[in-house]
Amino acid sequence: MAALNIKKGSTSHSAYDLRDFHSDVESSHTLAVIVDNEAGVLARVIGLFSGRGYNIDSLTVAEVDHKGHRSRITIVTRGTAAVIDQIKAQLGRIVPVHEVHDLTVEGQAVERELALFKVAGTGEKRVEALRLADIFRANVVDSTLESFVFEVTGTPEKIDAFAELMRPLGLIDVARTGVAALSRGV
Amino acid sequence: MSVQMTGAEMVVQALKDQGVDVIFGYPGGAVLPIYDAIFQQNDIRHILVRHEQAAVHMAEGYARSTGKPGCVLVTSGPGATNAVTGLTDALMDSIPLVVFSGQVPTFMIGTDGFQEADTIGITRPCTKHNWLVKDADKLAEVIHQAFHVATSGRPGPVLVDLPKDVQFATGAYTGPKAARVDHYKPQVKGDIEAITKLVELIENAERPIFYTGGGVINSGTAASQLLRELVDATGFPITSTLMGLGAYPASGKNWMGMLGMHGLYEANLAMHGCDLMINIGARFDDRITGRVSDFSPGSTKAHIDIDASSINKIVPVDLPIVGDVGHVLEDILKIWKARGRKVNKAGLAKWWGKIDEWKKVRCLAYEGSSKVIKPQYALERLEALTKGRDRYITTEVGQHQMWAAQYLGFDAPNRWMTSGGLGTMGYGFPASIGVQVAHPDALVINVAGEASWLMNMQEMGTATQFRTPVKQFILNNERLGMVRQWQDLLHGGRYSQSWSESLPDFVKLAESFGWKGIICSDPKDLDDAIMEMIEHDGPVLFDCLVEKHENCFPMIPSGKPHNEMLLSADAAAFAGGAALV
Repeated sequence: MAALNIKKGSTSHSAYDLRDFHSDVESSHTLAVIVDNEAGVLARVIGLFSGRGYNIDSLTVAEVDHKGHRSRITIVTRGTAAVIDQIKAQLGRIVPVHEVHDLTVEGQAVERELALFKVAGTGEKRVEALRLADIFRANVVDSTLESFVFEVTGTPEKIDAFAELMRPLGLIDVARTGVAALSRGV
Repeated sequence: MSVQMTGAEMVVQALKDQGVDVIFGYPGGAVLPIYDAIFQQNDIRHILVRHEQAAVHMAEGYARSTGKPGCVLVTSGPGATNAVTGLTDALMDSIPLVVFSGQVPTFMIGTDGFQEADTIGITRPCTKHNWLVKDADKLAEVIHQAFHVATSGRPGPVLVDLPKDVQFATGAYTGPKAARVDHYKPQVKGDIEAITKLVELIENAERPIFYTGGGVINSGTAASQLLRELVDATGFPITSTLMGLGAYPASGKNWMGMLGMHGLYEANLAMHGCDLMINIGARFDDRITGRVSDFSPGSTKAHIDIDASSINKIVPVDLPIVGDVGHVLEDILKIWKARGRKVNKAGLAKWWGKIDEWKKVRCLAYEGSSKVIKPQYALERLEALTKGRDRYITTEVGQHQMWAAQYLGFDAPNRWMTSGGLGTMGYGFPASIGVQVAHPDALVINVAGEASWLMNMQEMGTATQFRTPVKQFILNNERLGMVRQWQDLLHGGRYSQSWSESLPDFVKLAESFGWKGIICSDPKDLDDAIMEMIEHDGPVLFDCLVEKHENCFPMIPSGKPHNEMLLSADAAAFAGGAALV
């Protein structure tokens, strides 16, 4: 039979886009999952990832609509196009899940993460840490004579870069929130 | 309008309002208030089981044979954990169940109380959804939501965990209509653009095939009717998974038999060689596809499924249609008829010619015997002697299950209850009781192997107590037949732990529970013995001693494609080496 002119997953109601399904190239996707804020909902989402062997690179969750009891779970995951599609479809069938958005393919998105860095040191190292913090627009949120706690906000890449710079300057502890993301525009 | 009542009374009231007439269960400390409420009413019948796993399988049999949700009531801790296998079975086979479990009082949760288990945590991955109810005022709504979730979209089991203090507490009862279920509304109508595309494919295909599954049965009897109309009107061949048997009648002219690992030669080769595959409510299970990379390499694949996550999960498809099978079939028929009922007649005639060639292989032929009962022969005789009766068949899991699927014919949906996805040995006997409870006057037969059957044999007491005249047709080869077969073909004939030692005297066992016991070992006596079983007004344990070393063919060794099927004649030549999955 002649080749059929059907694009993969091309129905208007389909959740599938037109990336090559067979590709074994893995890519990172940021998913925003809107859920009912009820007991156990996070366990359902995490259990899906662990039970089916998917990756979680980062996860954040908080109630975003107190009146409607809705929480937003932001998950950064990694997989082939087929796996990412499966993850979205599997998330979509969890009963308290209302919406699943793939911010990576649904247009431009803003991604931000907040991190706290404790850097200990004296003398030139301490001065250098403070100078770099200024370049990264980090805030000093705690200070002793031997240490600083910096607060940095930015993309995960920026935070990685700041961590690399702080390491030789006496970095002793890091706390990161994971990624929060929103699509750009309306 | 709301009425005040206790949580326990609400459970019973909600069941009544949901049209439930029977519940399968086992009492215990954490559900005593509910049992007290059950005691004080006569609308809902309670079937007392002997083990909670069996209660869930009974509810599955009830649900699968009626199209209604099955209901279960178990206590906390071990009651709930015993139900887990049944829940997982129902989840894999998309059977709607509503299971109620008792829980320790809310103030004791988390203290490792007596008979406490984290039931919600344990059952989260084996239910479609579950709820812990901590407030009696919310209980009624949760129960109504539970029925809604279990039965809409792709059906499945749900569980409601009920702490004992909530059962005692008084709250406001609300009826099913007041329950908020609006957000869980799976899409039932398929995309018309995609359906039209499918109709175009149907009009032009040279080598089409319908590959149907349990989704057709779950969609309801109307879906089976529409499927028959479409298959007969197009003249396309049809095959089905284990779960979908009966949706299209086995006596229908386009029927090719089951496909898959132990499917028919013609069905598997037609799947391999087709140019258009129309998957209706099936899910490309690994027992169906064999080696995925070589699965039906030259075909355009359409997939109709109500669960979007089934699509592209295993086999990438060209034309996905998310929707309820019944609705989509209706639209396909409407559009196909409106466009002039076209099919590629010349191509189709050639295709059937090829299929008829494959049929000549007679893949279900086996070597008969006048000395020993061949399991295939036993099922052929069972089929011949029960055909045309108001018959329901359940099975356990293993060789006998595959033979039953091959040699018994189903002309109607909801007549075949088997554990497909999970493959639960011990499913068939309790399921047969559940079917019989729903259909008291029907002939309900569990085709079993002796090893599977022993896994839930304690339910003999249940069958006696509730006068369910179930027939247990045990193909007794004193082996774990399918395990033995794989060891024979793939493990050098080292039969590690695969024989049934120390079996009971089944006739005496039957009699000890007030059943009738029949033993048969001579092919000449088989017909009379089967008739004796059918005609006995009460439960029967039929010990059918069969050939001990029979293998089930055809067989696609796992990891092989459809066109590398083993037939009985090739088996000796098969040198092994298939992937062991």
